[in-house]
Amino acid sequence: MLQQLEGSRAIAETVALCRPEVVCAYPISPQTHIIEAIGAMVKDGRLSPCEFINVESEYAAMSVSIGASAAGARTYTATASQGLLFMIEAVYNAAGLGLPVVMTLANRAIGAPINIWNDHSDAMAVGDAGWIQLFAETNQEAADLHVQAFRLAEALSVPVMVCMDGFILTHAVEAVDLIDQAVVDSFLPPYEPRQVLDPDDPVSIGAMVGPEAFEEVRYLAHLRQLDALELIPSVAEEFAALTGRASGGLLHPYRLEDAETVIVAMGSVLGTIKDAVDARRRAGERVGVLGVTAFRPFPVVAVADALRGARRVVVVEKAFSLGMGGVLATDVATASPDSGGDLATVVAGLGGRPITRRDVEGILERSAQGTLPRLSFLNLDEDVVARERARMAASRRSGPFAENVLRDLAGGRAHR
Amino acid sequence: MTETRVHFYQVGSFAVGNRLLSDADRTVQASPERTNSLDAGHRACQGCGEALGARYALDAAMRATQGRLVAVNATGCLEVFSTPYPETSWRIAWLHSLFGNAPAVATGVAAAMRAKGRDDVRVVGQAGDGGTVDIGFGTLSGMFERNDDVLFICYDNEGYMNTGVQRSAATPPAARTATSEALGADPGNVFGQGKDLPRLAMAHDIPYVATATVADLHDLERKVERAMTVRGARYLHVLVPCPLGWGAASADTVRLARLAAESGFFPVFEAEHGVVTGVRRIRQRVGVEEYLRPQRRFAHLFAGEGRPDLVARLQALADANIVRYGLAPEEE
Repeated sequence: MLQQLEGSRAIAETVALCRPEVVCAYPISPQTHIIEAIGAMVKDGRLSPCEFINVESEYAAMSVSIGASAAGARTYTATASQGLLFMIEAVYNAAGLGLPVVMTLANRAIGAPINIWNDHSDAMAVGDAGWIQLFAETNQEAADLHVQAFRLAEALSVPVMVCMDGFILTHAVEAVDLIDQAVVDSFLPPYEPRQVLDPDDPVSIGAMVGPEAFEEVRYLAHLRQLDALELIPSVAEEFAALTGRASGGLLHPYRLEDAETVIVAMGSVLGTIKDAVDARRRAGERVGVLGVTAFRPFPVVAVADALRGARRVVVVEKAFSLGMGGVLATDVATASPDSGGDLATVVAGLGGRPITRRDVEGILERSAQGTLPRLSFLNLDEDVVARERARMAASRRSGPFAENVLRDLAGGRAHR
Repeated sequence: MTETRVHFYQVGSFAVGNRLLSDADRTVQASPERTNSLDAGHRACQGCGEALGARYALDAAMRATQGRLVAVNATGCLEVFSTPYPETSWRIAWLHSLFGNAPAVATGVAAAMRAKGRDDVRVVGQAGDGGTVDIGFGTLSGMFERNDDVLFICYDNEGYMNTGVQRSAATPPAARTATSEALGADPGNVFGQGKDLPRLAMAHDIPYVATATVADLHDLERKVERAMTVRGARYLHVLVPCPLGWGAASADTVRLARLAAESGFFPVFEAEHGVVTGVRRIRQRVGVEEYLRPQRRFAHLFAGEGRPDLVARLQALADANIVRYGLAPEEE
């Protein structure tokens, strides 16, 4: 049934439909509404049996999740940004132990400078951790991905992170169709762990592994990620058969058939990009979009196939590796080395800066003209940058640079 | 000829041998039904106080729970020496995750058991002093504050022994470690404010807090069993001498633990809901020097002219414990 719901509420309701047994909560914007809503459902008995644990840090949130999952409970938590970084040791550990925790990541920039708004820096920081990372385009997809996430996680014994853009999705109210409980129950069988802490069948979990076996253990984890490349599409197909919705899967190709220029992107910006592509198509240009839903595992073969006909590939991404360039773009280049010569990266939307349809059309224009550099930053205020560079050159004690930039923009005098 | 008062236990240690006890009072280790939770074949050093303490504590917990037990372990000596596969020494359900998160992981296990209606399964978390007092303190305090149903045991050997004997917040003042060398005008560890975990645990008003040493294993077992009769957060702090880190003879582990208690340097007590309910009074009081001298980590206090000033400060700490907990022998 379609309802007008805040994205966070849709996630909370959907997670509850998945019958989690342990939910850990630690507040960090912009994921707080999700855990608040789940907490209320546990408190009033609507979600039962479920233990809702208010922990003292994100590190504890993931650690409690590890213990609960190892004891055989279906386990959920949510975080964002600094919270993800604070729990990062446990994020790796959950994956290394093969524990199918599901976590919502309400994507948010990482400081310093502190910034609560959306970009993808947090998700990119844990791309090597061994989690499946799925990016939602809409709130409907974000909700649907959570149901699929529990299924994938438990089937593969791999934790799954559902990434949804902070504020843009988490706080947007739009129509979402919540799935019937019976449908969820048929799609998501009770969790049967491969390993469990059970006094009747005691096992040691988390033993020291030396050089004689470490590589094999890590390779097995890699193989499970490769298995996920097979399972993610089939789970999405099964989900589509039940709900009629094409949520999830590895990729969301859009108007790629004869596209000469293809934009690759992840998350909610895909909607804007599709609008821009529609506009350019109406003007007769052969452009398309490749939305990446599965960032980890990265669908190398599927991306290569999707980009085979493209002459120009532009990766628009909300994060970058300082001193190097695009993160998603690097993966795209690996998947599709033939497009390497014509692969451009546009870093955009950092710290919540809007990406408009006009921006995207501008990117397509410059790409067509051959004036798009290999790496560029959308709407970068080069004047402000130049002024701060000049200050730094002029004075050793040029002061804190973020604050200088802010003062400059406000028309005030920077530190001198 | 002076008269020496001889108790019926004539071993000089005041330890009561099993043979003199009724079956009910004998140690779990005297029973063929013991679970050998931490089984033979592990790689702890000879004379390891932690291996001794963990074995007694966990077997007692297993007996108290009729075997319905899960153990969560922090990174550290206990984790490393017990699990180089395929030679795990654990005969109980056991999970190691990270160094600083064992209390939170234990909370998670307990929450899962509750959600699954398996309240009969109890959870013990365990760590060394580094994993408890330093890196694990945040998660431990969180577990205490929520009053989660976990018994957390700290095996305190007063330093980071697994990484090569570095200083922790539980290292006593003046003790030499690899990061507090016996050099300069203030050799060894600083005289700081200390980080007294049992008292910090009591400050959380949790239902049960106790300290113990491996010199009195009956007392340790009794406290574990007492802890398992209580629901909610419980904390047990066990002094476990480390021959390697303390620079002591392997044969002296139990003797040093006894001297730590008998000098008042390590107070042995128990508390409920933040109030001390019982202390193990000193039987034969000794000065701290008798405790410190056999340990090479304190050798700089006694070499050459020695540092009687520092010994006096350490004695003052022991004296303060004796006053705080009322540890003075009954004869005094």
